[in-house]
Amino acid sequence: MTEDGSEPEGRPLGRRAFLVLVAGGLSSLAWGGSALDFASKSTLVLPEPLRAAIPVGQGWRIYAVNRPYPRFDPASWRLRIDGLVERPQTLTYADLLALPQAEQTSDFHCVTGWSVDGVRWRGVRFRDLLATAVPRASARALVFVSAERPYVDTLTLRQALTPDAMLAHAMDDQPLTRAHGAPARVVMPRMYGYKGVKWLERIVVTDHVADGFWEQRGYDRDAWVGGSNGL
Amino acid sequence: MVSDAPLAVPRFDRTERTLHWAHAGAFLVMLATGLVLYLPILAQVFSDRPLFKALHLAAAATWLSALALVALLGNRRTLRRTRRDLDYFTAEDLRWLRRQHPPQGRFNAGQKAHASVQAALALLFTVSGALLWLGERNTAFRLPGTIALHDVAMFAAVVLVAGHISMALATPAALQGMVHGTMPADWAAEHHARWRPEPPAPEPRPRFARVALAIWVAGAGLAGAVLLAADALG
Repeated sequence: MTEDGSEPEGRPLGRRAFLVLVAGGLSSLAWGGSALDFASKSTLVLPEPLRAAIPVGQGWRIYAVNRPYPRFDPASWRLRIDGLVERPQTLTYADLLALPQAEQTSDFHCVTGWSVDGVRWRGVRFRDLLATAVPRASARALVFVSAERPYVDTLTLRQALTPDAMLAHAMDDQPLTRAHGAPARVVMPRMYGYKGVKWLERIVVTDHVADGFWEQRGYDRDAWVGGSNGL
Repeated sequence: MVSDAPLAVPRFDRTERTLHWAHAGAFLVMLATGLVLYLPILAQVFSDRPLFKALHLAAAATWLSALALVALLGNRRTLRRTRRDLDYFTAEDLRWLRRQHPPQGRFNAGQKAHASVQAALALLFTVSGALLWLGERNTAFRLPGTIALHDVAMFAAVVLVAGHISMALATPAALQGMVHGTMPADWAAEHHARWRPEPPAPEPRPRFARVALAIWVAGAGLAGAVLLAADALG
């Protein structure tokens, strides 16, 4: 109705289009994740640099909780390993590269719904990393402390010793970039990405598992891909 | 003989222009800051996610309160009239959408369709953005398609806005309407032949309750922006 009471000419298609779009959009909250997977698979025909530049489902998104990203200086960087160990260690970057090296290709899944398939990692298995420190018999868990305060997360010793978990220092044949957590980050492909602490600077061996940054905010401690956080 | 026909006809009043530019400005700020959160290359260059997240969230709170302020303090008769003009499609409009050129009213059918899609996107951005924020605090709000919806809405909005801006720049007569409020009469006669400009709606008398509510909304928007930003900066 117009102000003078007459009916406007035509049909109210604008509000119908609005309602249809809103309804379709809201319903995608349920199916949008699968559609994103499908879309990201169909973008595989695009050249790699373009796919890397515009993440449509498949592709990194850089998450961080403090500012700015920690800066890596090879001369001053140290990785401390302490807590329930016989010999606390302080490793330099060169020490880390001198340890037995492992390589793997694994998929990376973020709890928010995006994934990156086939990431090539190079780094050190936790078994080799902990060998020199010699965890005590009471050791049950590892607390990973990031240079990005206050980000921490934990894995049980058992979880850290799964065959595809590692402390990675290279990704896709390049040293880790600053945004990806240089110089070293935790890689735990069977769990969601928030378990993979970036900018790692300390590992504390403890006798109990504690909540990490996101777990203090309600996320699952055992963040199995497809089997946690309501997924 | 001197014609008494006006050289320009009023197309958008102050309320409409304020609404448009508040919406447009907020969109551009949220797009720029959102792209830093989304694109790895920009994330690397600026290497400060919390700052851009803070700006993004503060812009969102400011945007929503600005829309509410325009509705509270602006000329609501104008807004209702404009909504009606945008909502109703005539038989000529449907022919226009099939690339024919029947005479158009105040808005051509493309402008009408654009407005409906933009309104839907605004709502979908708000809902999916709120869910992204809530999902960081409570996993019950974490839905499988939230990030997909926010991303796809962004791609759609970028395409629409790019088209909108390029057409505005290619059509100074239309741009003039959104900048100064008037459109050249000869342009209106040629491109909006069915448009019968209505007399400007009378300005509403300021009412105490509405002004009080507006002050509250402005305060809530400002407080929301500050709190969201402070929280994101940690």
